[in-house]
Amino acid sequence: MTEARANTIRINKPRQAIGEGPRTRFALIAIALVFLALMLIAPLVVVFFEAFSRGLGVYIDALAMPDTMSALQLTLLVAAIAVPANLVFGVAASWAIAKFDFKGKSFLLTLIDLPFAVSPVVSGLVFVLLFGANSVLGPWLADMGIQVLFAVPGIVIATIFITFPFVARELIPLMQQQGSSEEEAAVSLGAGGWRTFFLVTLPNVKWGLLYGVLLCNARAMGEFGAVSVVSGHIRGQTNTLPLHIEILYNDNKAAAAFAVASLLAMLALITLAVKTMLEARFAGSLAAQRRH
Amino acid sequence: MTAAAPDRARKTSWRRQSVLPGFNLTLGYTLAYLSLIVLIPLAALAIRSASLGWTEFWAIATDPRIVASLQLSFGAAILAALVNTVFGVIVAWVLVRYRFPGRRWLDAAVDLPFALPTAVAGIALATLYAPNGPFGAFLEGVFGVKVGFTSLGVVVALIFVGLPFVVRTVQPVLEEIDRETEEVSATLGAGRLRTVTRVIMPGLLPAILTGFALSFARGVGEYGSVIFIANNLPFQSEIAPLLIVIKLEEHNYAGATAIATIMLVISFAMLFVINLLQAWSRKWFGHD
Repeated sequence: MTEARANTIRINKPRQAIGEGPRTRFALIAIALVFLALMLIAPLVVVFFEAFSRGLGVYIDALAMPDTMSALQLTLLVAAIAVPANLVFGVAASWAIAKFDFKGKSFLLTLIDLPFAVSPVVSGLVFVLLFGANSVLGPWLADMGIQVLFAVPGIVIATIFITFPFVARELIPLMQQQGSSEEEAAVSLGAGGWRTFFLVTLPNVKWGLLYGVLLCNARAMGEFGAVSVVSGHIRGQTNTLPLHIEILYNDNKAAAAFAVASLLAMLALITLAVKTMLEARFAGSLAAQRRH
Repeated sequence: MTAAAPDRARKTSWRRQSVLPGFNLTLGYTLAYLSLIVLIPLAALAIRSASLGWTEFWAIATDPRIVASLQLSFGAAILAALVNTVFGVIVAWVLVRYRFPGRRWLDAAVDLPFALPTAVAGIALATLYAPNGPFGAFLEGVFGVKVGFTSLGVVVALIFVGLPFVVRTVQPVLEEIDRETEEVSATLGAGRLRTVTRVIMPGLLPAILTGFALSFARGVGEYGSVIFIANNLPFQSEIAPLLIVIKLEEHNYAGATAIATIMLVISFAMLFVINLLQAWSRKWFGHD
């Protein structure tokens, strides 16, 4: 190999000299494309195809149904409580974990990850056991006139549990990677804690924070298993959009079920589009590695 | 607050001193919120499970229907995680190493199962793989394989929900691998296949195992996408989370708690293994 050629190889990004041959390359790309098209894209296409299969009229009717509207309202309400709650937690946890060194940090990280390891159905069951009729808390709360299970509070708590790690998981690696020298400079120049956070830390992590909130929101609006266990499926009252989809589908109203599903699918697409846009623009200010 | 913080920091030996304020507030809030939302509720499950007593627990745990559902949940999750490991590594490889039109779209599509609600995925997969659906009819007509409304449907749903875990754990590690070791290997006369299997794969192994474990753990607990594509017959296509729901509807709290405890113990063991793998990976390969 001549020196000139070695230099060209170093400049060109996909270095042919150590890569695979064109046939292997083509075959691998084809396998990846076909697999993703069949496994991921096809289900997404089916949602929109089936939603409009009976025409636009059926689609609009399904969305304008009173049950759909009340399910939509409940879903928005639940997300409006669960997402800010986990946002505040995520910011507090990442400040404590990323900016300070203390013993038991990795254990704390494992505990924060716990909800990821728990089946959604088990998460729901946990709250049934905690607030149910034959628990300690259930009768006590019932005496005070508060119903948690089969009511909105239960759905909110189960959703908070399910989406608990999302914001923290997005922020912690990002804030660890950025270190705390900028904050230390701000503090030594006389800025207070809140001022340091809002003027120094927040601008540095805002895109990662936004993505964490978006993921948290997508999951909060789409959660099915845990909410299904604690909701009691009361139509028009404790049905969220995913539960409403299930009821419509089991009632053999597939087109209506897919119409409602298309709303959540659009939410998913918007989430992914924003994520892709953020990654393209702010590659450095998003955490490199994610686990959900 | 700023003045008091260094004093307090000196007294507590379990943390390193820092000039930044807010440690007590943020850690205190984190611990309180964590306890309230996660730890106390999970403790309630543990206490309820312990109050069952060993004989009752064992009687429930060895009930043939429950054993069958656990076998299906774990078996299907292992199968789906294996499929995801093979294809996930290929997808990660293609995304990191090759440049082709539409690569960014493909990269974005990988996250779809994270963003798409499981119930939506469930009814979509059920429609695709039903005997009269486009994929279902093809698979049955050409290969004679029934997927929709069978236990194979469970595996398909778990492949869908688990795929991003493998891709997203392998991808960043693959990006960081030093291409120079490959060049050295090639210069020393190793063929491409030998370089890939002997030089690249050992470095990727912890990430691949972590991806497998995460995909598996997610699959074991998955409920929403599975119940639509399986016909949920006991001993055939009834997954463990569904059986918990059924026990709850029968007001059989003991049964539901026992199944949940078995699943939790195994999930936590998986989480422990994942953390060990990552510690091992950090130690030997200097990344996570």
